[in-house]
Amino acid sequence: MFQHALTIFIASALINNFVFSRYLGLCIFFGVTKKMETAVGMSFTFTAVMLISAALNWVIYTYVMIPYHLGFLKIVIFIGTIAAFVQAADTIMKKVVPALYYKLGIYLALIVTNCVILAVPLINAEENYTLFESMAMAVGSGLGFSLALILMASIREKLELADVPKSFQGLPISFVLTGLIALAFLGFSGMITL
Amino acid sequence: MYEQMTNILLQSVHHVASVFMNNLLPQVAAEGAAGGDGSIPWNTVTMTLIVLAGLGIVFGVALAIVAARFVVKADPKVEKVRETLPGANCGACGFAGCMGYAEAVAGNPDVAVNLCAPGKAAVAEKIAEITGKKAEKVDPKIARVFCQGGNSLSQRKFIYTGVMDCTAAVLAAGGDKSCEYGCLGYATCMRACPFDAITMSADNLPVINAQKCTACGKCVAACPKQVIELALMSKAVVISCHSKDKGADTKKKCQVGCIACGICVRTCPVDAIKIDNNVARIDHGKCIVCGLCVKKCPTKAIHDYIPVRAKASIDPAKCDGLDVCAKVCPVNAISGELRSKHVVNQDKCIGCGMCESRCPKKAISMKSTASALSHPNAASMQETVKA
Repeated sequence: MFQHALTIFIASALINNFVFSRYLGLCIFFGVTKKMETAVGMSFTFTAVMLISAALNWVIYTYVMIPYHLGFLKIVIFIGTIAAFVQAADTIMKKVVPALYYKLGIYLALIVTNCVILAVPLINAEENYTLFESMAMAVGSGLGFSLALILMASIREKLELADVPKSFQGLPISFVLTGLIALAFLGFSGMITL
Repeated sequence: MYEQMTNILLQSVHHVASVFMNNLLPQVAAEGAAGGDGSIPWNTVTMTLIVLAGLGIVFGVALAIVAARFVVKADPKVEKVRETLPGANCGACGFAGCMGYAEAVAGNPDVAVNLCAPGKAAVAEKIAEITGKKAEKVDPKIARVFCQGGNSLSQRKFIYTGVMDCTAAVLAAGGDKSCEYGCLGYATCMRACPFDAITMSADNLPVINAQKCTACGKCVAACPKQVIELALMSKAVVISCHSKDKGADTKKKCQVGCIACGICVRTCPVDAIKIDNNVARIDHGKCIVCGLCVKKCPTKAIHDYIPVRAKASIDPAKCDGLDVCAKVCPVNAISGELRSKHVVNQDKCIGCGMCESRCPKKAISMKSTASALSHPNAASMQETVKA
């Protein structure tokens, strides 16, 4: 069981990296990687939210949706759960860790719109993972996303000083960059067949 | 013909709809809940409604509890104070942005109301009103550039063709200027200023606009050579040089550098200037802004930011001929016999104000000429860098 969970963990972090192999979560990816500060903040928040929301969704899926044959409502119910959880996290953070809350600002609420946060519970549901495997998937995806964010932020900060052609400045060159990194990540494919 | 077309259209829509409905609820088709195609699967529909409503209620209640339990009391004063602040988030107050200062000043009784540099006195008064604290008079500060060695007056060690930014230029052997303490002129400070108060002169030196400068300190932090410092706006005489090189070396590198000759030290009537590490520095606590050192400096390293000074004039009605003024005048501009009316020679007078402060009868006043401003903030006129 552990071995399978470990496989899932590595697969979701590197081989099937959500940004570079599955092309999900791109709007937040590009929005947050302008500065290293925001990228790091976002990656912490994202991993934490991912873990808890994946667990919550698994519980609801297994104990409510499967017995009553409501599998077709996956997307609706998962989004509802995620939105409710993020709102609760927002309120709690504002009281308990206000410094972190103000630092993250709008990014916490933006996590709800991130496709990755919906993709992970959906994949868990389709592949019928156990709770432990779902959480391994969640942590793996969080780490993979963090890796992607930090890589991109460090390159984009250097890009500010580089001599980029006018029409490529800003988003276009970042897209080209992401494509190149995705090509590099292709090297991981086939390592583990899942 | 139109009837036929409408019929076909309706039939195809009906067909598509039924295909869609059948494929949407595959489990229902498998379950055959109420039997037959196209019949409504009440089982699933009920469960859906119950589950969705149930989840909605559970989440709603949970969120309400969380909101009530983790409530953060928002002080209405904070919002009011925040509205009075300029919103530039420059950090001059020492807090994290305008919101940070608003919270501190509204919540903490020890935080002063006049910390907002861009806001100046107007904002301090408004904050004092809202929070009920007292607004104290604060002396406005301004950024001063401690270098006059523009391109035409100083030497460069090598030709620099890298990134046109001072922080980048500094990486190349400390910058391309011969004098290692001087301004490199690549406008990093200009870009750092959130109030657009800095422009670059034709000679590649930063010029600070006294009207716009709020002394927030961002340019001070941005300059890699630490050429810019914050100083009181009222202390308008500044020795614009940081060069710690020996006098002979400074002279080779820059025509307007301080060579630590000591003439200003001897000239100063209040002993406000000291030489330390081959550079002269004015102690602004003692300086009376008379401007004598400006005239005596051999390399013209001292800059007077008051463009045109008001000159002394003696009111004949009040003058009793006590001769105190003539004795203190450093340029001997006052003439007159003892016990008879004294007169100030307007051409010789340099506007230092020593006679005005010493006259026991208060008979002397500084009168501005037609072209000068007599406003105490005369320094807020645009200054031109002496070439």
